[in-house]
Formats: sequence, C-alpha cells, structure tokens
Amino acid sequence: MNSRAAAVLAFAAAIAASSASAQVRIAYIDPLSGAMGATGEHGLHELEFAAEQANAKGGVLGQKIEIVPMDNKLSAQESLILLKSAIDQGIRYVSQGNGSSVAGALIDAINKHNERNPDQTVVFLNYAAVDPDFTNDKCSFWHFRFDANSDMKMEALTSHMQGDKRIKKVYLLNQDYSFGHQVAKAARAMIAAKRPDVQIVGEELHPLAKVKDFAPYVAKIQASGADSVITGNWGNDLALLVKAARDANLNVNFYTYYAGTVGVPQAMGDAGVERVKVVSYWNANGTPASFQPLFEAYKKKYGATSDPYSQALRSSVEFLVAAMKKAGSTDPAKVARAMEGMTLEGPFGPMTMRAEDHQLIQPLFVGTFVKAGGSLKHAAEGTTDYAFRLEQKIDGPATARPTTCKMRRP
Amino acid sequence: MQDAPALNLELVLVSLLNGVTYGLLLFMLSSGLTLIFSMMGVLNFAHASFYMLGAYFGYVISTRVGFFPALILAPLLVGAIGAVVERFGLRRAHASGHVSELLFTFGLAIVIEEIVHVTWGKTPVPYRVPAALDGPLFTLYSSTFPTYKAFMMAVSVAMLAALYAGLTRTRAGLVIRAALSRPDMVEALGHNVPRVFMLVFGGGTALAALAGVIGGNAFITEPGMAAALGPIVFVVVVVGGLGSLTGAFIASLLIGIVQTFAVSLDYSIQGMSLSRVAPVLPYLIMVAMLIARPRGLMGTRES
Repeated sequence: MNSRAAAVLAFAAAIAASSASAQVRIAYIDPLSGAMGATGEHGLHELEFAAEQANAKGGVLGQKIEIVPMDNKLSAQESLILLKSAIDQGIRYVSQGNGSSVAGALIDAINKHNERNPDQTVVFLNYAAVDPDFTNDKCSFWHFRFDANSDMKMEALTSHMQGDKRIKKVYLLNQDYSFGHQVAKAARAMIAAKRPDVQIVGEELHPLAKVKDFAPYVAKIQASGADSVITGNWGNDLALLVKAARDANLNVNFYTYYAGTVGVPQAMGDAGVERVKVVSYWNANGTPASFQPLFEAYKKKYGATSDPYSQALRSSVEFLVAAMKKAGSTDPAKVARAMEGMTLEGPFGPMTMRAEDHQLIQPLFVGTFVKAGGSLKHAAEGTTDYAFRLEQKIDGPATARPTTCKMRRP
Repeated sequence: MQDAPALNLELVLVSLLNGVTYGLLLFMLSSGLTLIFSMMGVLNFAHASFYMLGAYFGYVISTRVGFFPALILAPLLVGAIGAVVERFGLRRAHASGHVSELLFTFGLAIVIEEIVHVTWGKTPVPYRVPAALDGPLFTLYSSTFPTYKAFMMAVSVAMLAALYAGLTRTRAGLVIRAALSRPDMVEALGHNVPRVFMLVFGGGTALAALAGVIGGNAFITEPGMAAALGPIVFVVVVVGGLGSLTGAFIASLLIGIVQTFAVSLDYSIQGMSLSRVAPVLPYLIMVAMLIARPRGLMGTRES
C-alpha cells in the first residue's frame, strides 16, 4: 500500500468515526418485505418521523438521531444475525415490534451480549411485541415496552364489555400460536371474573394466515348463538373474518386488538361498520389541538390517508431523548437507569415507564369502526371513509396490572 | 371443546352449502392450471401470480369502466401477457427440460409480486363487489347467502362446461389435445404446434385472471394473495389427477367439503381438535393420494 492510499484510508476512517460518534443510531429490526412488509414499513415511517421531530428540536446532547432499517423478514433467526451486525457497527439501541417470537429471541441475545460485554451494552426499545412474559417472568433490565401488553389490552376490553348488559354469549376465535392462545386464555379468565353471567359459547383456534374462506367458522359462530366475538386476529385473518360475517348476516360485535392497523380498515370496508371494536393506545380523533401540526406534517410526508397510529414509536424516541438528557450521556446502561420510573406527557395524558418491570403505563381506548365524518376528521389508516369513534377511555393507572418481575439490575 | 354447539341440521346444511361454494371457487382458481399443468405438463409456479394480476387489472378497469367490462378485458390482457411469456420465455426454458421450466416460473412469480409492490403498493387496494351483485340472495335458517357467491359458483360451473366442450367437441380442442400427446404427428399434418402451446398457456393464464377478477373483491386484493393461494391449486390438480378436468372438479368439491366439515364437526383426536388443522387437511389428502394412487382420482397418466 502506498502512502497516498494509506492517507485516504485514514481520512475515510476518521470521517466514519466522527460521524458515528455524532449520531445516536437506532437499529430498526422488523419485516420490510414479505407478508408483513407493509406493517414493518409503516413502523419504519413512524420511527423515522419521530427521529426527524427530535432532530428538528436540536437532537440530543448535540447529537442527531439516525434510524438504521434492517429487514428481518419476520424471522427470529434472521433478527439475531442483524442484531450482531448492528452491534458490530457500534449501534447500541434496537427497536422492534412485530412478533413476540422475534422479540423473545432478541431479549435473550441482548441479555447474553450485555453480560459478556458490560462496556458495550445494548438497550431494546420494544414498540409492539405484547407477550406479557417480557414484563413478568422474563423481564430484563435492557428491555423497555412502549405498547400495552396483551393482558392489559384484554383488561381494558373486558372492562368495556363489563358495562354492556346486552353481551350474554361470547365466542373466542383466535390464531393458533402463542399470541392467540394468550388472548383466549386472558379473555376466559377476565370474563369469568368480571361478568360471571356471560357464557363462553365456543372457543376456536385456526392456523395463522392459512384460512381463505371464513364461512365455515362464521357458520359455527352463528350456530353457537354468540352475540360477541373476541379475537386477537390481525391482518387478513381479521379482515376476511369480518367480511365472511357480513356475507352470512352474522349479527355479532367483534372485540379486536388490531382493527386499526395497516391494510385492515381498507379491507374490512362497510362490513366492519358499527360491528368492529378495537382496543388501542391510539385515538386519532381525540388528539389535542397541540398535536395537530404533527399530525398534518405526518400526513404531508406519508400521504393524506396515513394514520400515525403507532404512538409507541414516538413515545420510545421521546423517552430515549429525555433519558439521555437526564443521564447526561448516551451510554445505554446509564440511559436505561434514567428511563426507569420516568414520566412524560403524551398526547392523551401522562405516560410512565414503570421501574419494576419496564412496562409503559399509558391511557388506553376502546373505539368502534364507523363511517368518517362530522367530528371524526381523522380517517382510519389507508381510508378516507372510515374512522374509529371513541367509546371509552381507560386512564393509565386503571390499565396497570401487577407484575411478577424481579428486576436484576447490573 | 366442551362448550361447542352440537351439530344440528342447520349447521350441516349451511356447512354443506359453504363447502360446495368453496369447492367451486377452488375449481375456478385451478381450472387454468389444469389446462397448463395437466395438459402441457408445465409446472407453472406463477399461476397464482396471474390470478393476482387478474385481480389488480380487474380493480383498475372496474374503477374506470365498470366491473362487467373488467370481467372480459382483464382476462384478455393477462392472457396476452401469458402468451408473450410463453413465446419469449417459457419456450426457451422448455428446451432445457422441466427443471429450467420450474425455475423460470418460480422466478417469474417473484418478479410479478415485485411489480405489483412497485405499482400498487404493499397494502390492499379498495376493490369492492359491484353494487348489482352485492347483498343477500336467500336466507337459510338465520344465515344469508350472498348473491356474489352464487355468481362465483355459476362462473365456475360455466368454466367447466366451456372447457369440457371446447376440448372434446371442437376441432381446435382436438388439435390441442393431439398436439399435447403427439406433437410430431400434428406438426406433420401442417399445424403449428408451438403456436398451439402458446395459445394454451395464454388461455390458462386468462382463466386464472378471470378467477382473480372475481375472487379479488370477494376476498382481499393485496400483494400476498398469490403466495397464499399458490400451493392449494396444485393440490387440486394432483388429487384430481393429471390430464383430467373432471378429476379437478371432483377434487375441488371434495377438498371444499372436507375442509368445511372439519371446522363444523367438533371432532378431536387425542385432545387435538380437527378444526385447528382444517386448512392443512388438503395437503394431507395430497400426500396420501401421491402414496396410494399417484395418478390421482381420475388421472390418465402417472406424471
């Protein structure tokens, strides 16, 4: 190697080093292709938008936040390889949400890595993986969850159902994998506790994303005499179910988790109107006036029909920035400590990162899928004609559940 | 499943109707593949992709000139694309054997999916059932039966009748069948065999597209629809038997009814409810068929 080439290399290395030290980088490890590509892409938009907002306010400690997208194709295996590559690039913050199987693998890998490399720790910002275990028996000091876990959501949903005396017979229809099982189990236990008079008239599990025609399931629900269906189904499994129910004139309400997510409102269309309820930390039409400029900026960037429903991604960036400022450092171990117990004001009220288990406590909403118009100015994701009407707000403290977590801090 | 409803007459009748409906839909989806796979012997992995293209073309055309023109225009367009694919792609791959053919169509499926991503995005498009066919047709006990499903069934039966008549009762059908089994002889008699193949392939993809125009709004038109549907059409053709339209028809109905009743009947094997595995049963039938009777229900040849 001649001296000129060496100088060029040294110069390039210096630029790389300086740019690396002047950035807080977050690796976004989620599906950006394949069946869940659209969902992952939506999350990426929201995270990039949140980083831009933070950078426009001057970033954090003189540094800018940069998002590094990594496509894990919804595979836990792939995610671990990407995590390794992110760590090798010096990235110390990881954001992920789609699939608790992926999140579980990441938590294990990050725990191990941090134990072996205490001076190069990594923090995991979980924005949507809802397995309750992550903030209970499997809780980790390095993991922070910004979404409500599936038991908290079921608590909110059943609290709403509790007051509705028209509900007498409930049918549980879920996807046959860990999340669907948890939804069914929680629904059974909580309905028995809150409304012992309500009968569970059927419980069904169907293979994930394999059913094309839900008519046989609808016939079975019809025969059971149910007036309500509780389902954790997402994506096409939810949209096809709702469409098949309308075709057969099945007169039930659907209590769901994911009716507001990418593709579902569009695919349900009229079939879901006044039938489909959703529990979520997002209430587009309940956002305060102070939030509107942000809403408009988001729509301007990603299209008039887009809905920034992944509030958890914004929360995660806001908590990260606040914790770094509080700690006066971008070191993950210090930032994680600063984030514990921290409270920030969100668009719908205070949000607290509970120190005992790293579960964010925030208000939850139950809404109904309806035609947009009138006071419902913000339409559901991907549509102009449909929106969610607020039925009930559950304040943060009321959504909190006890935890079995025994946090081990380094 | 102790709380599950007992099987009653209402559930049996509704399930039977659902099973036949789903079976006819399956036949509609697989009739084009029957033509291509079982007649030409081409393993067309991209078949479901042409179904998807049909759905998207149907969506675009129906929002501009209406659903019924789309029902004719979209299959013609996709059929033309299919013919071009055969003429300039598949024909060359065909010369190097079945493996190249298979790889060619496999790659083609991925390319088509990416084109759909780039053109229409990754999320579903608002392709809706036309107002004229929307709404219930009749009521069976407390369930309604949608008009659109009856329309789908009618199209499926019409496809069977037209294909059967076309292949067995017309001169063109005779030439096609002869070209597939005795290409040298047919060529010697002055027929253009490569052109026959091109037309058969184009016709098969047009049928897939017709199914797409009709199935796209009944279900969901999105980039994952081809991948979701790809395997099941092969099951129909294999179970029905290669070279047999009637076999494919019977296999479709069989699969539709078995799958529907697997959900309705609360039958469990060692605590494992049958309904949990219902959508996987067709594949079990295919595997069993390949072991016990490789030529399928009504197949005329082994492979």
